[in-house]
Amino acid sequence: MEQTMFDIQTQLFEGRDIRFGPIDYEKDPQIESRWTHDSDFMRLYDVEPARPMSPAMVKKRYEKLEKEIEEAKNLFYFAIRAREDDRLIGKALINHIEWSNGNGWIELGIGSADDRRKGYGAQALQMLLRFAFAELNLFRVTARVPEYNEAAIALLKKFGFTEEVRRRQALERDGRRWDLLVFGLLKDEWAKQAQA
Amino acid sequence: MRNLFRGELVRLTAEDPEVRAKIEVHWQRDSEYRRFLDAEPAMVVSEKWLKDWFEKRTEEGFSPSRYVFSARTLAEDKLIGFFSLWVDLVHREAWVGIGIGEREVWGKGYGTDMMKLCLRYAFSELNVHRVSLGLMDYNPRALRSYEKAGFRLEGRTRGDVQRAARRHDSLWMGILREEWLAMQDGEKV
Repeated sequence: MEQTMFDIQTQLFEGRDIRFGPIDYEKDPQIESRWTHDSDFMRLYDVEPARPMSPAMVKKRYEKLEKEIEEAKNLFYFAIRAREDDRLIGKALINHIEWSNGNGWIELGIGSADDRRKGYGAQALQMLLRFAFAELNLFRVTARVPEYNEAAIALLKKFGFTEEVRRRQALERDGRRWDLLVFGLLKDEWAKQAQA
Repeated sequence: MRNLFRGELVRLTAEDPEVRAKIEVHWQRDSEYRRFLDAEPAMVVSEKWLKDWFEKRTEEGFSPSRYVFSARTLAEDKLIGFFSLWVDLVHREAWVGIGIGEREVWGKGYGTDMMKLCLRYAFSELNVHRVSLGLMDYNPRALRSYEKAGFRLEGRTRGDVQRAARRHDSLWMGILREEWLAMQDGEKV
């Protein structure tokens, strides 16, 4: 990638097709409520039981999230929007940051099936990693993925992540047990890969 | 049926916030002990702060996903440590936190005895499918004890803990229900 990756002029929140923005309390709850009605999305995104949420429930979650951001100061959250029409297409976050250790956990989701396989996830991950390493100055980031989420695993590997832990049979879905994988990327690995 | 709360060296009791705070405040003066517990910065804390913290936890203790025990020696009824279990009820996984604050009993099998009780409780009372834990690479005594209890190393997160001016790995371990059952070797669980 271009040398400008590390320039102070580089726009941290602008990608080619997407941008990172704040939560829009008016419009976003309706859209995210729709995502929660898609059990495929819910099961790829999270290990919590999938359940549909109303716009009001989503709004409550946003409020809780923003309170946590304010109080704990170890969480950064971005609404991912399409540049063309500013619509909400996903979310990207870094949480459970331990400042003394320089470690944080990343999460990334593209909500609607229509918006997947278009490279938005890769652009969002690139921006999220740049934010984690070049703005928050973390030493490493960690990601947790169920073994059945092949798209996420492929994306993490493409960005140079290493599979570090395989938590055997940690999940149960559809009547069988699945491994939960933990991937890690160190700052110097990211820097090498971002410059290549 | 086995007595779940009695081992070969220790017995398990409820955690009394006042009693635990009184002794924990001394334990946590020992920064080596504190650094074994988790990756948060070690810090001096007051008895009052600890008591409030344990009281809050006692309330959580009424939830079906949280179990906390104190461990006392059978010989002298001395409070030496604790363990707690966080249970993911959906995926039937339990996470263990375990600690022995009394340095004089380190390396004498008390931790292994506590972990045996902990696993029996998790698998034969809480009925989980697996038990998990994490530790830091600077705690080899704990690693050996967990291996002895039947845990397998499932991986390490590279350099995610910075202490004593260098990078350390966290180690992640797990034991499955069938592995634990096989270890019981025909003994009544």
